[in-house]
Amino acid sequence: MYVAVKGGEKAIDAAHALLARERRGDPAVPELDLAQIAQQLGRAVDRVMTEGSIYDPELAALAIKQAMGDLVEAIFLLRAYRTTLPRLAASLPVETDRGLVRRRISAVFKDVPGGQVLGSTFDYTHRLLDFALAAGTPLPEQVAMAEPIGAAPRVADIMGRDGLIEPPPPGDAVPGDLTRQPIDFPADRDLRLQNLARGDEGWLLALGYSTQRGYARNHPFAGEIRIVDVAVEIVPEELGFPVEIGCITLSECDMVNQFAGSATAAPAFTRGYGLVFGQAERKAMAMALVDRALRARELGEPITAPAQDEEFVLSHSDNVEASGFVQHLKLPHQVDFQSELDLLRRLRAEHDQRKAAAE
Amino acid sequence: MTEMLAGYNFAYLDEQTKRMIRRAILKAVAIPGYQVPFGSREMPLPYGWGTGGIQVTASIIGRADVLKVIDQGADDTTNAISIRRFFARTAGVATTERTVDATIIQTRHRVPETPLKAGQIMVYQVPIPEPLRWLEPRETETRTMHALSEYGAMHVRFYEDIAHYGRIATTYDYPVIVNDRYLMRPSPIPKFDNPKLDMSPALQLFGAGREKRIYAVPPFTKVKSLDFHDHPFAVESWDEACSLCGSTTSYLDEVLTDDQGGRMFVCSDTDYCRSRTA
Repeated sequence: MYVAVKGGEKAIDAAHALLARERRGDPAVPELDLAQIAQQLGRAVDRVMTEGSIYDPELAALAIKQAMGDLVEAIFLLRAYRTTLPRLAASLPVETDRGLVRRRISAVFKDVPGGQVLGSTFDYTHRLLDFALAAGTPLPEQVAMAEPIGAAPRVADIMGRDGLIEPPPPGDAVPGDLTRQPIDFPADRDLRLQNLARGDEGWLLALGYSTQRGYARNHPFAGEIRIVDVAVEIVPEELGFPVEIGCITLSECDMVNQFAGSATAAPAFTRGYGLVFGQAERKAMAMALVDRALRARELGEPITAPAQDEEFVLSHSDNVEASGFVQHLKLPHQVDFQSELDLLRRLRAEHDQRKAAAE
Repeated sequence: MTEMLAGYNFAYLDEQTKRMIRRAILKAVAIPGYQVPFGSREMPLPYGWGTGGIQVTASIIGRADVLKVIDQGADDTTNAISIRRFFARTAGVATTERTVDATIIQTRHRVPETPLKAGQIMVYQVPIPEPLRWLEPRETETRTMHALSEYGAMHVRFYEDIAHYGRIATTYDYPVIVNDRYLMRPSPIPKFDNPKLDMSPALQLFGAGREKRIYAVPPFTKVKSLDFHDHPFAVESWDEACSLCGSTTSYLDEVLTDDQGGRMFVCSDTDYCRSRTA
């Protein structure tokens, strides 16, 4: 006798209890605290803040702990929290050429005003597993910080003085917000950049890489990669002047790309731009490559490659959307499947009849 | 009843968001079958798991409403339970499994067998709202096709099915023309349920969260399943009756009972089946 499957409610509760237990792991091992995650898994925190679209290392650390290190799940947690927050104010544009430069690399000039600053980086480490780290290491020595570098104008701005590179777009327009209004195609660059900044790092990395391999090659040079602590300012209505409300770390990448010109405009290098929270220069660089590829329409280039196809790129960049829809396939589909079975059986019966009639 | 969730607004969404969604719903009702873009929010449930339906329900539900949630026709499937619990926690509204008692029915993949009444609202969870999506993946193109009522491509697709298989090979999410104007996806319900949409006394709302679209079929609106004169629309049928209630007119799920080819058929609509055996 068939009994309809019951007890789904109890099963859900039990599954979540099991998850909580597995999250904690062996009770003999000390529990992670949020400060440990925020301090010692900083790159994971940076990624979750960037793609979660909210700058809060403590909440990101909580999300990573709750998601058991599944970063896409952690991003989802942060996003779902973010939508419930009121919008109190919009900040002034941050000025990345003012602030504390943690790292600053230009690949197009040997030296630049303000200098090249290597900062903390995995670059040039030999990727040898450090077994000493496994055992726990004594506190690494405090490294003497170089003198603050003082004025460090953006490399693209310096080039812009000679007109060698296109000027940045005028900054007076109020940017759109795709978390409030659905994106409409063709999309303007402000929304494209917002989409890319929130977009999945792996998606951008692969698309950016594809442009380097000839699918919309645009001759990139890393004009500047800058990791900088900047002040965030708002202008409260009742004060009428800017006040600083905090400080955030950003990774910025200015790509210098294939020059363009026309009968009326002298040739100049074009730009691709990437900007993300925290120390995440791989994402910032990939974003800059994809941003440049998506400017094909505006720059009159033929659209031939996936990275240039804005509907394709922007509609599939969000890993919270993608993760949900891919995984919804595990929900029951027996009703639709029954429809397909019904059709397939009819088609097979008709096929057999035709075959029998032919013999 | 699960305890209420502290710190969140009634039915989770803030009132401004609900107002924005209700405006989209009003527009959708005014233009039956037209997909209205809306500022879909990120919900605490995954995209693809009913976020569009949940936002529609959250925007229209009031304290006096009685909510029923089904998935595959059943109230006790895990995702239906999860969504029902979400509203029990965030809105504290009464929930029911009985179709006749519900004022709002949120569904995935089925329309109840029990005929709907005036005053009831059906909320469909929609994964892909665009009926032309498999024919033309670009939104910029499909928007123009809708504006011009250029639906020949869908007829060609059906014609090709008939040429290949001898019949139209679409079985669920079977496209319909609403109010003689817009081509619409009825959401992935089996085509068996399509006739229930036609001239229904209930208001039918469709929410696609990930794709950020809402559309509607107002009460007593013509909904016609696409077909040809010589290949008229027809629904699924079974040689068997429901093993539990004996119904020969309801949509049946096939259940495998052993590995020797044993199977049985039972109603997919658990409330309908139970009401016939009680």
